[in-house]
Amino acid sequence: MQEMKEQKQGFQWGTLILSALAFLCAGVLVQRYVFGLGAMTNMSDGRGWGLWISFDLYCGVALAAGGFTLAALVHVFNQEKYHPVVRPAILTAFLGYLLVVLALLVDLGQPWYIWRMIFNPNIHSPLYEVGWCVMLYTAVLALELSPAVFERLHWRIPLKIIGMIQIPLIIVGIVISTGHQNSLGSMLLIMTHSIDPLWYTPIIPALYFVSAMAVGPAMVIFEGTLSGAVFGHKISQDIFTGLGRIVSGILVVYLIMRLADMAVAGHFGMIIHSYPQNIYWLIEIIGGVVLPIILFNIPKIQQSKKGMFIAALLYIVLGLSFNRFIMSSVWLQIRPGYTYFPSWQEFAVSIGLVAWALMMFQIAMRLLPIAGHHGEEEAKPEHAAPEATPAS
Amino acid sequence: MAYGALYDGTRCIGCRACSVACKSWNKNPADLEKKPSVEGGIEGKAVLSDKTFTFMRFREIGEGDDLKWAFAKIQCMHCLKPGCETACIVGALHRNKETGAVSYDKGKCIGCRYCMVACPFGIPTYEWEKRMPWIRKCTFCSDRLNEAENGLAPACITACPTDALEFGDRDALIAKAWDRINASKEADPAGVGKYVEHIYGEKEVGGTAWMYISSVDMTELDLPWLSEEPVTKNARAAMKTLPYYATGMLVLMASIYFITKRKQKIAAGKHAEKKG
Repeated sequence: MQEMKEQKQGFQWGTLILSALAFLCAGVLVQRYVFGLGAMTNMSDGRGWGLWISFDLYCGVALAAGGFTLAALVHVFNQEKYHPVVRPAILTAFLGYLLVVLALLVDLGQPWYIWRMIFNPNIHSPLYEVGWCVMLYTAVLALELSPAVFERLHWRIPLKIIGMIQIPLIIVGIVISTGHQNSLGSMLLIMTHSIDPLWYTPIIPALYFVSAMAVGPAMVIFEGTLSGAVFGHKISQDIFTGLGRIVSGILVVYLIMRLADMAVAGHFGMIIHSYPQNIYWLIEIIGGVVLPIILFNIPKIQQSKKGMFIAALLYIVLGLSFNRFIMSSVWLQIRPGYTYFPSWQEFAVSIGLVAWALMMFQIAMRLLPIAGHHGEEEAKPEHAAPEATPAS
Repeated sequence: MAYGALYDGTRCIGCRACSVACKSWNKNPADLEKKPSVEGGIEGKAVLSDKTFTFMRFREIGEGDDLKWAFAKIQCMHCLKPGCETACIVGALHRNKETGAVSYDKGKCIGCRYCMVACPFGIPTYEWEKRMPWIRKCTFCSDRLNEAENGLAPACITACPTDALEFGDRDALIAKAWDRINASKEADPAGVGKYVEHIYGEKEVGGTAWMYISSVDMTELDLPWLSEEPVTKNARAAMKTLPYYATGMLVLMASIYFITKRKQKIAAGKHAEKKG
């Protein structure tokens, strides 16, 4: 009883802070649309892209990768044991994409003309692919999430229709979303002159694809642990251990790709010589990739919720977000005579949008059958049994 | 054929008539905030802006007896393979193959600013202070080139009093520039001549319409050092693989789905047999 009470109180504080951030964001947005971008951002001719592109677009899209990886794992690769975490992953991905769309509408100078990309296509532009992927995949995610709404409303016919097209929908979703991860990498290919050679390579799209595949399960571990603590539902350690193995397997492939690419380009010397870039590179590779691989393979850590959480967090923060930030912002060339550090309004928009997403996540988790949804397997007792004894 | 422009640093006297002509032809107001080419002393802090399509950059290069007082006219280079053109999501930036001008159409733009980060020379600028901002940049005076039969060269070039700026067929200008470099070398008893043996823009990023010859290396005037490879090469190659990627992924995922489903069915069948 006592424990429940405490938990509830902490929860309200959280909601209060989130609401405050969300309303601050809304206020800043009014400023943006009334006075223009120059009035509230520190972006300039010297730096046309800022925090919003690096954080909201580059990190946002990558961190939403849980949607396609888990959908593929369960529905295509038929790994039924991960079924309970598919819906939260898809919900997160959907909210993540909504956040990306909103951030882009803030960042674009002429958001009311966004429809122009439909009538004036430039098929050579990587951004054209990014634009279409954002639009289509947001729609696909909404459809993938719709069964939860229909179940709640007891709408049998739409539920049946979605059930019939579920598999093609998921496969199309995988093609679009992996294509999206690629194309974010392709977008950087044109900046041959600004991205540091330690990171610039013609295979950026492939690296973005593989690192996104790894971050999907890592995000599920991360948010599964957190939402388990907040909402009190349990996810079996078995699922976490399995996801950890998948992450570390993909990360090994990713590491080999990074190193092989550097060997081919003959850039190994730069790890020693090009200061200070090499410090960033070492933090990213050692702290964000090698360390998680090791951690995910230590049996003691595989059995510990905390251990898995930290290993996943290391990759999410240092291995992925840090990488996207460096490539899309830190080493991005600034024209001579300019400097850039985001204004507080830019931070307020980015943080505020995350607050909106978290609040929507909270509401959806309460109203919709999301957490611990077991799909067709729900009725089978042999599946329910091991999940009932989680090691806290 | 495409037009080009040649800037000769040994002829330029830094009078900035080109900047004035540009402002007046494009009806660009003074940029009071950035005060091009006056603020910050003789080397200036001049920058391009939504109100300034070109400016003159001044640099003191070398020391003592070697001191050189060097200039460079900065404006859009009008690349033969423009990064901005490939980058633009809506094709608002387009290189006219007849004139070689890379021009901007605000009737297509959505304001994403990809062109600004994609440009290797850092040229496109943005109307940051406006509620409905557009991209602004040098047009190569496309509106004058259209009347090329009447002999209208870009405004800046027309204004140049010392023929430091020349306008014409790009290939002819390259030949002319090399002739000038070689002639100067031959006339010099030491065999050096007054030029650096390089036409900046002849081959950089696949070639640019604007080209520079000078007594100093243009990178000393803060023009970027760039390779001969067009910046668009890797991005275009990546975009070409897209249809193959999508088809491959679709087939792969569908096959994996059918294989795992079939395995599941077989396993279920065996399970049922055992029970039976």
